[in-house]
Amino acid sequence: MSALVLGKLKERFGDAIRATHDLAGDDTAIVDPAQIVAICTFLRDEPGLEMAQMIDLTCVDTIGLPEKSGSPAERYWVVYHLRSIATGRRVRLKAAVDDGPSGENPEIDSITSVWKGANWFEREAWDMFGVKFRGHPDLRRILMYDEFIGHPMRKDYPKEKRQPLVRRDFT
Amino acid sequence: MALEFYSTKLQDALNWARKYSLFSYPFVTACCGMEFMALSAPKYDVARFGAEFPRFSPRQADLLIVVGTITEKQGPILRRIWEQMCEPKWVMAFGVCASTGGFYQNYSAMPGCDQVIPVDVYIPGCPPRPEQVLDGLTMLQQKIADRTGFVPQRERREHDATRAAKGKLPVLP
Repeated sequence: MSALVLGKLKERFGDAIRATHDLAGDDTAIVDPAQIVAICTFLRDEPGLEMAQMIDLTCVDTIGLPEKSGSPAERYWVVYHLRSIATGRRVRLKAAVDDGPSGENPEIDSITSVWKGANWFEREAWDMFGVKFRGHPDLRRILMYDEFIGHPMRKDYPKEKRQPLVRRDFT
Repeated sequence: MALEFYSTKLQDALNWARKYSLFSYPFVTACCGMEFMALSAPKYDVARFGAEFPRFSPRQADLLIVVGTITEKQGPILRRIWEQMCEPKWVMAFGVCASTGGFYQNYSAMPGCDQVIPVDVYIPGCPPRPEQVLDGLTMLQQKIADRTGFVPQRERREHDATRAAKGKLPVLP
Protein backbone atom coordinates (compact mmCIF):
# COMPACT_ATOMS: atom_id res chain seq x y z
CA MET A 1 0.00 0.00 0.00
CA SER A 2 0.99 3.54 -0.42
CA ALA A 3 2.36 5.55 2.45
CA LEU A 4 -0.14 8.32 1.69
CA VAL A 5 -2.44 7.85 4.65
CA LEU A 6 0.30 7.39 7.23
CA GLY A 7 2.29 10.24 5.69
CA LYS A 8 -0.64 12.63 5.94
CA LEU A 9 -1.28 11.54 9.51
CA LYS A 10 2.33 12.13 10.55
CA GLU A 11 2.45 15.44 8.76
CA ARG A 12 -0.70 16.67 10.50
CA PHE A 13 -0.30 15.25 14.01
CA GLY A 14 3.45 14.84 14.49
CA ASP A 15 4.23 13.35 17.89
CA ALA A 16 0.67 12.16 18.47
CA ILE A 17 1.45 9.42 15.96
CA ARG A 18 3.80 7.36 18.09
CA ALA A 19 4.76 4.79 15.49
CA THR A 20 3.65 3.48 12.12
CA HIS A 21 4.17 0.36 10.07
CA ASP A 22 2.62 -1.31 7.06
CA LEU A 23 3.17 -4.95 7.86
CA ALA A 24 1.66 -7.21 5.18
CA GLY A 25 0.35 -4.13 3.42
CA ASP A 26 -1.88 -3.00 6.26
CA ASP A 27 -1.27 0.63 7.17
CA THR A 28 -1.11 0.87 10.93
CA ALA A 29 -0.62 3.85 13.18
CA ILE A 30 -0.09 3.68 16.92
CA VAL A 31 -1.61 6.90 18.16
CA ASP A 32 -1.94 9.02 21.27
CA PRO A 33 -5.27 8.07 22.92
CA ALA A 34 -5.88 11.67 23.99
CA GLN A 35 -6.00 12.71 20.31
CA ILE A 36 -8.19 9.90 19.03
CA VAL A 37 -11.25 12.03 18.24
CA ALA A 38 -9.19 14.64 16.42
CA ILE A 39 -7.35 11.96 14.42
CA CYS A 40 -10.59 10.21 13.47
CA THR A 41 -12.25 13.47 12.44
CA PHE A 42 -9.22 14.33 10.31
CA LEU A 43 -9.25 10.93 8.63
CA ARG A 44 -12.95 11.25 7.89
CA ASP A 45 -12.93 14.81 6.56
CA GLU A 46 -9.53 15.31 4.87
CA PRO A 47 -9.87 15.39 1.07
CA GLY A 48 -8.01 12.43 -0.40
CA LEU A 49 -8.53 10.30 2.71
CA GLU A 50 -12.30 10.41 3.29
CA MET A 51 -12.49 7.45 5.64
CA ALA A 52 -16.27 7.44 5.68
CA GLN A 53 -16.60 3.93 7.02
CA MET A 54 -15.62 2.61 10.44
CA ILE A 55 -15.30 -1.12 9.78
CA ASP A 56 -14.40 -2.32 13.23
CA LEU A 57 -13.61 -1.22 16.73
CA THR A 58 -12.30 -3.73 19.19
CA CYS A 59 -10.02 -4.08 22.15
CA VAL A 60 -6.97 -6.14 23.06
CA ASP A 61 -5.92 -7.15 26.56
CA THR A 62 -2.13 -7.19 26.35
CA ILE A 63 -1.51 -8.71 29.77
CA GLY A 64 1.19 -11.36 29.51
CA LEU A 65 2.33 -10.38 26.02
CA PRO A 66 6.16 -10.59 25.82
CA GLU A 67 6.68 -7.00 24.72
CA LYS A 68 4.42 -5.80 27.55
CA SER A 69 6.00 -7.76 30.39
CA GLY A 70 6.96 -5.62 33.34
CA SER A 71 4.77 -2.65 32.41
CA PRO A 72 1.25 -2.97 33.78
CA ALA A 73 0.29 0.48 32.55
CA GLU A 74 -1.52 0.82 29.22
CA ARG A 75 -2.75 -2.74 29.43
CA TYR A 76 -5.68 -2.33 27.03
CA TRP A 77 -5.40 -1.36 23.40
CA VAL A 78 -8.37 -0.09 21.46
CA VAL A 79 -8.02 -0.95 17.78
CA TYR A 80 -9.88 0.91 15.04
CA HIS A 81 -10.20 -0.18 11.44
CA LEU A 82 -11.24 2.48 8.96
CA ARG A 83 -11.95 2.37 5.26
CA SER A 84 -12.51 4.93 2.57
CA ILE A 85 -15.32 4.15 0.19
CA ALA A 86 -14.08 6.80 -2.25
CA THR A 87 -10.45 5.61 -2.53
CA GLY A 88 -10.63 2.04 -1.22
CA ARG A 89 -7.81 2.67 1.27
CA ARG A 90 -7.82 1.21 4.73
CA VAL A 91 -6.02 2.17 7.91
CA ARG A 92 -5.71 0.67 11.34
CA LEU A 93 -5.32 2.81 14.45
CA LYS A 94 -4.13 1.43 17.76
CA ALA A 95 -4.49 3.43 20.95
CA ALA A 96 -2.99 2.24 24.22
CA VAL A 97 -5.59 3.22 26.76
CA ASP A 98 -4.86 5.22 29.87
CA ASP A 99 -5.67 2.78 32.71
CA GLY A 100 -6.17 5.33 35.47
CA PRO A 101 -4.18 5.41 38.71
CA SER A 102 -5.29 1.94 39.86
CA GLY A 103 -4.78 0.35 36.45
CA GLU A 104 -8.35 -0.99 36.60
CA ASN A 105 -10.34 1.78 34.96
CA PRO A 106 -9.22 2.24 31.36
CA GLU A 107 -10.83 5.24 29.70
CA ILE A 108 -10.72 6.72 26.23
CA ASP A 109 -12.81 9.27 24.35
CA SER A 110 -15.78 7.93 22.43
CA ILE A 111 -15.76 8.32 18.65
CA THR A 112 -19.55 8.13 18.35
CA SER A 113 -19.44 11.84 17.51
CA VAL A 114 -17.40 10.97 14.41
CA TRP A 115 -19.17 7.77 13.31
CA LYS A 116 -22.54 6.96 14.81
CA GLY A 117 -21.93 3.31 13.94
CA ALA A 118 -19.28 3.13 16.64
CA ASN A 119 -22.02 3.12 19.28
CA TRP A 120 -22.56 -0.62 19.57
CA PHE A 121 -18.88 -1.43 18.97
CA GLU A 122 -17.95 0.68 21.98
CA ARG A 123 -20.69 -0.92 24.04
CA GLU A 124 -19.25 -4.31 23.17
CA ALA A 125 -15.73 -3.22 24.10
CA TRP A 126 -17.11 -1.91 27.38
CA ASP A 127 -19.02 -5.12 28.02
CA MET A 128 -16.16 -7.49 27.20
CA PHE A 129 -13.11 -5.51 28.37
CA GLY A 130 -14.41 -2.79 30.67
CA VAL A 131 -12.97 0.09 28.68
CA LYS A 132 -14.97 3.24 29.41
CA PHE A 133 -15.71 5.49 26.45
CA ARG A 134 -16.04 9.08 27.61
CA GLY A 135 -18.93 10.87 25.94
CA HIS A 136 -20.71 7.73 24.78
CA PRO A 137 -24.48 8.40 24.71
CA ASP A 138 -25.57 5.07 26.20
CA LEU A 139 -22.72 2.98 27.58
CA ARG A 140 -24.53 -0.19 28.72
CA ARG A 141 -23.72 -3.86 28.37
CA ILE A 142 -24.71 -5.17 24.95
CA LEU A 143 -24.06 -8.93 25.04
CA MET A 144 -24.03 -10.00 28.69
CA TYR A 145 -26.93 -9.52 31.07
CA ASP A 146 -27.06 -6.61 33.50
CA GLU A 147 -26.49 -8.87 36.51
CA PHE A 148 -23.11 -9.99 35.15
CA ILE A 149 -20.17 -8.89 37.26
CA GLY A 150 -16.83 -8.22 35.62
CA HIS A 151 -15.72 -8.26 32.01
CA PRO A 152 -15.31 -11.76 30.58
CA MET A 153 -12.76 -11.09 27.82
CA ARG A 154 -10.20 -9.71 30.24
CA LYS A 155 -7.38 -12.23 30.42
CA ASP A 156 -7.61 -12.42 34.21
CA TYR A 157 -11.30 -13.40 34.16
CA PRO A 158 -11.43 -17.08 35.26
CA LYS A 159 -11.79 -19.26 32.16
CA GLU A 160 -14.81 -21.29 33.25
CA LYS A 161 -16.38 -18.97 35.80
CA ARG A 162 -20.15 -18.84 35.31
CA GLN A 163 -22.67 -16.41 36.71
CA PRO A 164 -26.01 -18.21 36.38
CA LEU A 165 -29.24 -16.23 36.32
CA VAL A 166 -31.51 -19.17 37.12
CA ARG A 167 -31.05 -22.77 38.18
CA ARG A 168 -33.48 -25.64 38.48
CA ASP A 169 -35.06 -26.47 41.81
CA PHE A 170 -33.81 -30.04 42.28
CA THR A 171 -36.09 -30.97 45.18
CA MET B 1 -59.21 -52.49 44.06
CA ALA B 2 -61.47 -52.50 41.03
CA LEU B 3 -61.33 -48.71 40.85
CA GLU B 4 -57.54 -48.77 40.88
CA PHE B 5 -57.54 -51.35 38.10
CA TYR B 6 -59.75 -49.24 35.85
CA SER B 7 -57.88 -46.05 36.68
CA THR B 8 -54.57 -47.69 35.73
CA LYS B 9 -56.07 -48.97 32.48
CA LEU B 10 -57.39 -45.50 31.73
CA GLN B 11 -53.92 -44.05 32.33
CA ASP B 12 -52.43 -46.62 29.98
CA ALA B 13 -54.92 -45.72 27.28
CA LEU B 14 -54.24 -42.01 27.78
CA ASN B 15 -50.48 -42.51 27.63
CA TRP B 16 -50.83 -44.62 24.49
CA ALA B 17 -52.67 -41.72 22.89
CA ARG B 18 -50.16 -39.21 24.20
CA LYS B 19 -47.08 -40.98 22.94
CA TYR B 20 -48.37 -41.07 19.34
CA SER B 21 -49.55 -37.46 19.27
CA LEU B 22 -46.68 -35.40 20.64
CA PHE B 23 -47.06 -31.74 19.75
CA SER B 24 -43.56 -30.29 19.86
CA TYR B 25 -42.32 -26.81 20.59
CA PRO B 26 -38.91 -26.46 18.91
CA PHE B 27 -36.76 -24.07 20.93
CA VAL B 28 -34.18 -23.64 18.19
CA THR B 29 -31.16 -21.50 19.02
CA ALA B 30 -28.29 -22.79 16.90
CA CYS B 31 -27.01 -24.93 14.05
CA CYS B 32 -28.81 -28.09 15.27
CA GLY B 33 -31.87 -26.45 13.77
CA MET B 34 -30.69 -27.53 10.31
CA GLU B 35 -30.73 -31.14 11.41
CA PHE B 36 -34.10 -30.57 13.01
CA MET B 37 -35.36 -29.45 9.59
CA ALA B 38 -33.95 -32.63 8.02
CA LEU B 39 -35.78 -34.59 10.68
CA SER B 40 -39.08 -32.92 9.84
CA ALA B 41 -38.59 -33.19 6.08
CA PRO B 42 -39.96 -36.15 4.09
CA LYS B 43 -36.74 -38.20 4.01
CA TYR B 44 -36.73 -38.90 7.74
CA ASP B 45 -40.31 -37.84 8.30
CA VAL B 46 -40.92 -37.56 12.01
CA ALA B 47 -44.62 -37.61 11.14
CA ARG B 48 -44.38 -41.41 11.07
CA PHE B 49 -44.09 -41.19 14.87
CA GLY B 50 -46.93 -38.77 15.30
CA ALA B 51 -44.69 -35.88 16.36
CA GLU B 52 -44.71 -33.89 13.15
CA PHE B 53 -46.78 -30.94 14.28
CA PRO B 54 -44.64 -28.09 15.68
CA ARG B 55 -46.71 -25.66 17.70
CA PHE B 56 -45.10 -22.26 18.08
CA SER B 57 -46.93 -21.58 21.27
CA PRO B 58 -45.86 -23.39 24.45
CA ARG B 59 -49.51 -23.47 25.54
CA GLN B 60 -50.33 -25.91 22.74
CA ALA B 61 -47.25 -28.09 23.01
CA ASP B 62 -46.43 -31.03 25.21
CA LEU B 63 -42.89 -31.78 24.04
CA LEU B 64 -40.23 -29.09 24.40
CA ILE B 65 -37.32 -29.81 22.05
CA VAL B 66 -34.29 -27.74 23.08
CA VAL B 67 -32.28 -27.50 19.87
CA GLY B 68 -28.90 -25.83 20.25
CA THR B 69 -26.73 -23.97 22.71
CA ILE B 70 -28.41 -22.39 25.70
CA THR B 71 -26.62 -19.38 27.15
CA GLU B 72 -26.94 -18.20 30.71
CA LYS B 73 -28.79 -15.16 29.39
CA GLN B 74 -31.40 -17.43 27.82
CA GLY B 75 -31.88 -19.49 30.97
CA PRO B 76 -34.82 -17.50 32.38
CA ILE B 77 -36.49 -17.46 28.94
CA LEU B 78 -36.25 -21.23 28.57
CA ARG B 79 -37.47 -21.75 32.11
CA ARG B 80 -40.46 -19.53 31.43
CA ILE B 81 -41.33 -21.33 28.19
CA TRP B 82 -41.28 -24.61 30.06
CA GLU B 83 -43.45 -23.23 32.85
CA GLN B 84 -46.00 -22.01 30.31
CA MET B 85 -46.50 -25.49 28.86
CA CYS B 86 -49.53 -27.43 30.06
CA GLU B 87 -49.27 -30.76 31.84
CA PRO B 88 -48.33 -33.39 30.92
CA LYS B 89 -45.10 -32.20 29.31
CA TRP B 90 -41.77 -33.66 28.31
CA VAL B 91 -38.40 -32.22 27.37
CA MET B 92 -35.89 -33.46 24.81
CA ALA B 93 -32.32 -32.11 24.72
CA PHE B 94 -31.36 -32.14 21.04
CA GLY B 95 -27.59 -32.22 20.50
CA VAL B 96 -24.62 -32.10 22.79
CA CYS B 97 -24.85 -28.36 23.52
CA ALA B 98 -28.36 -28.67 24.91
CA SER B 99 -27.32 -31.80 26.80
CA THR B 100 -24.04 -30.72 28.43
CA GLY B 101 -22.93 -27.43 26.92
CA GLY B 102 -20.71 -29.31 24.47
CA PHE B 103 -17.40 -27.62 23.81
CA TYR B 104 -18.68 -24.29 25.08
CA GLN B 105 -17.13 -24.44 28.54
CA ASN B 106 -16.94 -20.72 29.15
CA TYR B 107 -18.50 -17.71 30.83
CA SER B 108 -21.58 -17.48 28.64
CA ALA B 109 -22.83 -20.98 27.80
CA MET B 110 -24.97 -22.99 30.17
CA PRO B 111 -23.60 -26.50 30.84
CA GLY B 112 -26.72 -28.24 29.57
CA CYS B 113 -30.33 -27.10 29.61
CA ASP B 114 -31.01 -29.54 32.48
CA GLN B 115 -29.57 -26.83 34.72
CA VAL B 116 -32.93 -25.05 34.49
CA ILE B 117 -35.51 -27.60 33.31
CA PRO B 118 -35.87 -31.37 33.82
CA VAL B 119 -34.84 -33.26 30.67
CA ASP B 120 -36.33 -36.65 29.76
CA VAL B 121 -34.22 -37.63 26.76
CA TYR B 122 -30.68 -36.53 25.88
CA ILE B 123 -29.62 -36.91 22.26
CA PRO B 124 -25.83 -36.62 21.78
CA GLY B 125 -24.15 -35.53 18.58
CA CYS B 126 -22.90 -32.29 17.07
CA PRO B 127 -25.38 -32.18 15.49
CA PRO B 128 -27.14 -35.54 15.95
CA ARG B 129 -28.12 -37.45 12.85
CA PRO B 130 -31.88 -37.64 12.27
CA GLU B 131 -31.77 -41.38 12.99
CA GLN B 132 -30.47 -40.61 16.48
CA VAL B 133 -33.31 -38.20 17.05
CA LEU B 134 -35.85 -40.78 15.92
CA ASP B 135 -34.21 -43.26 18.29
CA GLY B 136 -34.49 -40.70 21.10
CA LEU B 137 -38.10 -40.06 20.19
CA THR B 138 -38.99 -43.76 20.41
CA MET B 139 -37.20 -43.88 23.79
CA LEU B 140 -39.33 -40.96 24.94
CA GLN B 141 -42.46 -42.72 23.71
CA GLN B 142 -41.45 -45.75 25.74
CA LYS B 143 -40.99 -43.53 28.79
CA ILE B 144 -44.42 -42.01 28.28
CA ALA B 145 -46.02 -45.43 27.96
CA ASP B 146 -44.19 -46.77 31.03
CA ARG B 147 -44.76 -43.59 33.03
CA THR B 148 -41.11 -43.33 34.10
CA GLY B 149 -38.92 -40.33 34.74
CA PHE B 150 -39.57 -37.48 37.21
CA VAL B 151 -42.72 -39.26 38.40
CA PRO B 152 -43.12 -37.52 41.82
CA GLN B 153 -42.44 -34.11 40.28
CA ARG B 154 -44.94 -34.75 37.49
CA GLU B 155 -47.62 -35.92 39.92
CA ARG B 156 -47.10 -32.92 42.16
CA ARG B 157 -47.30 -30.52 39.21
CA GLU B 158 -50.47 -32.18 37.91
CA HIS B 159 -51.96 -32.15 41.40
CA ASP B 160 -51.19 -28.44 41.78
CA ALA B 161 -52.58 -27.68 38.33
CA THR B 162 -55.80 -29.54 39.12
CA ARG B 163 -56.22 -27.72 42.42
CA ALA B 164 -55.53 -24.39 40.76
CA ALA B 165 -58.12 -25.16 38.09
CA LYS B 166 -60.66 -25.86 40.83
CA GLY B 167 -59.84 -22.53 42.42
CA LYS B 168 -58.25 -24.04 45.48
CA LEU B 169 -54.83 -22.53 44.90
CA PRO B 170 -54.01 -18.97 43.92
CA VAL B 171 -52.97 -18.95 40.27
CA LEU B 172 -49.54 -17.46 39.80
CA PRO B 173 -49.51 -14.21 37.84
